Amino acid sequence: MSKKYPLTMTVNDESVELSVTTHKTLLEVLREDMNLTGTKHGCELGECGVCTVLVNGKPVLSCLMLAPRAHNAEIKTIEGLAEGPILDQLQSAFCKYGAAQCGYCTPAMLLTAKALIERDTTPTVQHIQKELSGVLCRCTGYLSIINAVGSVCGLGDNCTDNLNA
Amino acid sequence: MTSFRVIGKHRPRIDGRARVTGQLLYADDISLPRMVYCKLLRSHLPHASIRNIDTTKASALDGVYLVLTGDDFPIKHGILPVSQDEYALCRDKTRFVGDPYAAVIAKTEEIAQNAVELIEAELEPLTTISNSTEALSVETPRIHTYGEEGNIHKRVAFDFGHVDQSLKDADHIFEDLFFYEGNTHLPLEQHASVATTDPDGKLAIWSSTQTPHYLHRALAKTLQLPATHIRVIATPNGGGFGGKSDPFNHEVIVAKAAMLLNRPVKITLTREEVFYCHRGRHPVLMRLKTGTDKQGLIVGQSLDTVLDGGAYGSYGVASTFYTGALQTVTYHIPRYQFRGCRTFTNKPPCGPKRGHGTPQPRFGLEIQLDKMAVSLGINPKTIRTNQLAKPHSVTANYLQLGTVGLGDCIDKVTEASDFETRWGNLPEGHGLGLACSSYLCGAGLPIYWNDMPHSGVQLKLDRLGGVTVFCGSTEIGQGSNDVLAACVSEILGIDPFDIRVITGDTDLTPVDLGSYSSRVTLMTGNAAIEAATRARDIIASVVSKQLGIPKNQLVFADRRVFSSEHPDKGISFQEAMVATETEHGTLGTTGSYRPPPAPGKYKGAGVGPSPTYSYSASVIEVRVNKDTGQLDVVKIWMAHDIGTCINRTLVFNQIEGSIYMGLGEALMEEQTFRRLPQKRSSALVHKIPSLLDYKSPTMMDMPPCDIFLVEYPDKQGPFGAKEVGQGPLLPIMPAIANAVYDAVGVRIDETPITPDKIFKAMNSSDKRVGPKDFPSINFDHVDFIPPPWEGGDGNAFVPPHPHQPRR
Repeated sequence: MSKKYPLTMTVNDESVELSVTTHKTLLEVLREDMNLTGTKHGCELGECGVCTVLVNGKPVLSCLMLAPRAHNAEIKTIEGLAEGPILDQLQSAFCKYGAAQCGYCTPAMLLTAKALIERDTTPTVQHIQKELSGVLCRCTGYLSIINAVGSVCGLGDNCTDNLNA
Repeated sequence: MTSFRVIGKHRPRIDGRARVTGQLLYADDISLPRMVYCKLLRSHLPHASIRNIDTTKASALDGVYLVLTGDDFPIKHGILPVSQDEYALCRDKTRFVGDPYAAVIAKTEEIAQNAVELIEAELEPLTTISNSTEALSVETPRIHTYGEEGNIHKRVAFDFGHVDQSLKDADHIFEDLFFYEGNTHLPLEQHASVATTDPDGKLAIWSSTQTPHYLHRALAKTLQLPATHIRVIATPNGGGFGGKSDPFNHEVIVAKAAMLLNRPVKITLTREEVFYCHRGRHPVLMRLKTGTDKQGLIVGQSLDTVLDGGAYGSYGVASTFYTGALQTVTYHIPRYQFRGCRTFTNKPPCGPKRGHGTPQPRFGLEIQLDKMAVSLGINPKTIRTNQLAKPHSVTANYLQLGTVGLGDCIDKVTEASDFETRWGNLPEGHGLGLACSSYLCGAGLPIYWNDMPHSGVQLKLDRLGGVTVFCGSTEIGQGSNDVLAACVSEILGIDPFDIRVITGDTDLTPVDLGSYSSRVTLMTGNAAIEAATRARDIIASVVSKQLGIPKNQLVFADRRVFSSEHPDKGISFQEAMVATETEHGTLGTTGSYRPPPAPGKYKGAGVGPSPTYSYSASVIEVRVNKDTGQLDVVKIWMAHDIGTCINRTLVFNQIEGSIYMGLGEALMEEQTFRRLPQKRSSALVHKIPSLLDYKSPTMMDMPPCDIFLVEYPDKQGPFGAKEVGQGPLLPIMPAIANAVYDAVGVRIDETPITPDKIFKAMNSSDKRVGPKDFPSINFDHVDFIPPPWEGGDGNAFVPPHPHQPRR
């Protein structure tokens, strides 16, 4: 058995103390040690983006981050996006626009969008497109996702009409 | 026109919340006490005899509970009864790189992987068959000992009328070769399964499957267990697209392991393994020969297809028929000839991907129509609208059409894009392309022959007003649960969010055949309507008596049951349920659906029939860089004949997703292989088994899309609804090819349409990139079926007609 090291993080505003082996990724710790299965995985090679969580407010591929590197960090996962029973406005918009089909990329899309609008409340449609482009989605064709995020940023119902091809 | 309260509205899906909060549990999210993990040993050679497998070291590793090999799985499985050709673990030989031949079950995934690496196997390489051309010329070794002969899996040949004569008499003949490259589903969720023995000692398995019923049957067969002792639970699929429709090796293996160990066993495939599971789009080589009259009306058409099937049967026999079946449903083709041939090759098996077998010939047909239009000086719109298939007609190959909204679809997209004036007149490097398509709304026949319903629904209704829908359908993201809730709530006059939907659990839900062939909305919708209507009838009888209102004057709406004459006279839905349960006892109803019989009676007529067909048309504008061949999609216009929308939001979502997946196939996606150097056994390995190298469109690649719905309700569909999940994918690839021609005058007759091919075509003498040869294939048996307008009754004509097997 590999040696375990203490790991302290704040996950969804709660402080947690764990003991993990050094080769464990943040993804594995969240899913397997903490049972936060809302964080998904599509490749575990940093290619698909669906394991994205927020580390100190920034989107990070949790499959590429060794858990010890998250020591003392603030982590937000999809389980921490809603305020109690009240959905975040992004979550509501995703429901309204049908931006979640199979739902597998949705946690990563939502958290990436959350980080974007916390930094910039008035992004252009091109900003949204660029910021979220690291997460793959096979169902939606991305349009409803961009429209959902755009609607939260005051870009109206159909900001994808202004996409630059 | 009926006015609906739920149907047709923009509406958030009932299960949206679970998807945005991370609460939806996919198969890999399930953990059970005492759970152990499975890893597979997969062949590193594309074709090899298994000489010996020594598992001693692996078994001895601390933490290993079980090592399984082909000896543990003596019974084959496969999705189609005619191609039961897969062992859960290979016994005699491996047939592609990635074919599993041993499994380890251990305390952790890591230990299981370490143990897999300790298995010593002696594999002797065999000649590798890398594509259809090789398969047709190499008689031995045979990849399988069944099939037609050599490495030909299946040949089909039909003449619907004397096509040769029509082609001889035609004013114009157009003959083209096309090649459609294989590509894969790439669901973001890797396949995963958890199997366990329940407290009664029976088997339960949670799996990311689109077809729990077929998995149920496969497990009963391979494990020799009574079906009654097996429970299959289809977890929500993190994307399917057809890729989770076969019973898979890993499902059989964890089920067996769980029974042997009497504890839960989980497997989650790696991304690389998902590429090996594949079952994706068949690479198809096509020869399309069409005769027309002077005005460009088709007088006869012959289509030859060769499918590269990969190493196993999968759905391949059906896929082979499908490459020919739906050519006739968009434009009137008076005589039609089809020859299809599927080969076995040493690659991951191909199967059904969104559009199943039909996008390939559709690519050919729509490009050829464009070539005809150019050659005859007719606008590409006109050549299509002049010969649309007639609504409610029967085609040359005996498919019964329903409503046909294709003409309106074409009008919508051509008007919105100003196609008729702009096509052919855009500045150099800019182009517009038009293409159309059609798709099934559910296959007319089940995968195994039976006369039972394709879909069953049970309703539980109780005194507190609760309504639960039970149905064996599988939610793969498309919104099938929402369709059930919508249909039931419309009829019972309650809100869709009031309804609970339980699906895809063989212990709890009546059989539904699965999420494939765009069958779910139509078939489960009709079953749900029947169940809900029966419930409403019972409730209405009771309320009618209680309130003294004639039954036919009762309205179910706004969570109430009331008089249509005096809307204030009524009771709440829950009060109505109390009254009903008081009088009738516990209330439950069922509904079921079976497609209508198809007019075709000839052998092979089972593939292609559908209760009705959806229609789509698309115009795409592109920009091509004359110096580099760089291709940009500027805008997409898409119109789809949906019959009736069940949930308008979901319909748009499905169309957008289809456009996206079509763009991927058109521009970049390809499942290709390369040979290793001879010193490394010339093995045929997957060129790109990773998400980074398998190029798929990102958010940056999406153009603006203008989407139009055409609603031609069809009496076969629930509230008139047709499918939307697959049809709108099909026009994308040919529309782009046609737009590239309009932009720079070159024909790319194969997918994907990449800058290097455009560049090459621009610099070639024939201004084309595409296949140049078609192999010669013997068809010993050709069925001659006279079309309906030539006195045919749907049967093949016997004795054999004078046409001899050709080539």
